[in-house]
Amino acid sequence: MAAVTGTMTEQILSEKAGESVTSGDVTVVDVDKALLQDGTGPLTVRQLRDIDLEQCAIPDGTVVFLDHQAPPMNDRMANEHALLREFVDEVGAQLSDVGDGICHQVMNYDYTAPGDVLVGADSHTVTGGALGAFATGMGSTDVGIGLALGETWMKVPPVDRFRIEGAFSPGVYAKDLILRIIGDVGADGENYRAMEFVGPTAEAMRIDERMTVANMVVEAGAKAGLFPSDETTKEFLESRERVEDWQPIEPDPDAEYDREYEYDVSDLEPQVAYPHQVDNVVSVTHDRVQDVPIHQAFLGSCTNARYEDLQIAAEIIASHDYEVHPDTRLIVNPASREVYERAMADGLMETFSKAGAAINTAGCGICYGGHQGALADGENAIGANNRNFKGRFGNPKADVYLGSPATVAASAIRGEIADPRAVIEA
Amino acid sequence: MSDEDPAANVERGKAIDRDLSNLDGSAWDVGDGVSTDLIAPGRYFDLRSDLDRLAEHTLEDADLVTTDDRFMEAMEPGDFVVAGENFGQGSSREHAPAIIERVGVSAVIAESVARIFYRNAVNVGLPIVTCDTSGISEGDDLHVDLIEGVVENRTTGETIRVDPLPDVMMTILQDGGLKAHVAANDGLELE
Repeated sequence: MAAVTGTMTEQILSEKAGESVTSGDVTVVDVDKALLQDGTGPLTVRQLRDIDLEQCAIPDGTVVFLDHQAPPMNDRMANEHALLREFVDEVGAQLSDVGDGICHQVMNYDYTAPGDVLVGADSHTVTGGALGAFATGMGSTDVGIGLALGETWMKVPPVDRFRIEGAFSPGVYAKDLILRIIGDVGADGENYRAMEFVGPTAEAMRIDERMTVANMVVEAGAKAGLFPSDETTKEFLESRERVEDWQPIEPDPDAEYDREYEYDVSDLEPQVAYPHQVDNVVSVTHDRVQDVPIHQAFLGSCTNARYEDLQIAAEIIASHDYEVHPDTRLIVNPASREVYERAMADGLMETFSKAGAAINTAGCGICYGGHQGALADGENAIGANNRNFKGRFGNPKADVYLGSPATVAASAIRGEIADPRAVIEA
Repeated sequence: MSDEDPAANVERGKAIDRDLSNLDGSAWDVGDGVSTDLIAPGRYFDLRSDLDRLAEHTLEDADLVTTDDRFMEAMEPGDFVVAGENFGQGSSREHAPAIIERVGVSAVIAESVARIFYRNAVNVGLPIVTCDTSGISEGDDLHVDLIEGVVENRTTGETIRVDPLPDVMMTILQDGGLKAHVAANDGLELE
């Protein structure tokens, strides 16, 4: 067994390579978990069939998600779903069906374990880093080969340390922190690199908050973004009735980081990313985002549609007499069926419905722009999701802004981009 | 002259046979930060099951420098896509490099490439190189030798050396992509 030293990235990849590896090494690693979704999985199946390799070395850890087209928009997509169901039956993999939820949500809550190598045919697979897994997004063919053979090749990335301290002010959240980091390092600032989040504030974050941060590391180009696996992780896995999946993961005290960043969140303000780049990040008080009318507000996505996110938004909306601005449409897609049911039982869905929201199936929703909720020409939207590239939300002639669930709720109430701190106090 | 008909360009592009040491064509400049959403827009999500049809929309939301035409109306199979920083950022959709390959683009030449896209491009057999692209303008006539690692700008007379592909990726590219590599070697054979 390889020595357990170095960064979390090096520790996990060494363990899975069966040899001690360090940044820059190219190695073949065992794959523990794999995920496919309905936008990328069909190509995986076709590629594997092409070379007569329709098989799965890790069927218990391979999950196929029908989440981007939930439910399918037309016969073409229904047939893609049928292909994926057939594949699941053929190789014995796991199916997460229409309405069950977004791949990264369900994967983290029910499958991913600390220390895993997880490869997914979806760029936001990096969300798995919240549990101390080395989780990375790849293309359909790479993931197909990974799940068929149970291994993949990797270049061990340089690792950067992000030490986070300080307490978030009211109205400021983990989403604002990761937006700020992306704004600072740039959309390719962490390209080919891994990010590791440590320090008192990282330790104090709940798993849902860690997921929000890890989810967006790919918007800085990163290959992975890891949090330590600690007592919080253990309690989370206990609550998921799979504490046996827990193991501690933390950087070795002598770990060598390529670059080291320090963040104190005490003075952080709510952040907004403006079109059409995720690294166009400013404070919500900045001139660039004043007087921006909002036609559609989106509470959803693998970044921010967990119970805790919906709760934050619902409280703000309820405290304003359930009144969303008449010129603003509010769209809600819970991250999973479980989130949906809990939000229903606790009255959050009633709050959203009273406010006139369209509540949709648990799934990816409008985020990527190919399923429901497209914008009209010239419209503006704000979303709790992770991307604002031209064409997201289905229309290259529209503008998408990004913020926290609180900023989205505040903006829905005001009908323009709004500071949640002002709305909470009002 | 371009065909100006995206569907016809897809058909002609599919027939292109790339000689990696001898690629000729014109440059199309798509600029910095081209996301996979600009290359393969999400609104055509359901066309992913039919790559020929999706390929008609290749780079549809990217802006060119010298024309308001869409890329598939302007390009000629065999041409090059020239880009600035972080080409292919965003989604992991392999369909993005797959349709650029399908329409017969000789190679993507970029200042820098996002990680997932770079790996996907090699996996689907799309030649992709990084180098200083500041000396290439839209419309320039390029001659590229990927084996020697040289871009010759025949319009300006400038010769640009490209960054070498990592060995592991050159192995996969020369095998014709990851699928062909695994089929030929009965698994990964990258040592």
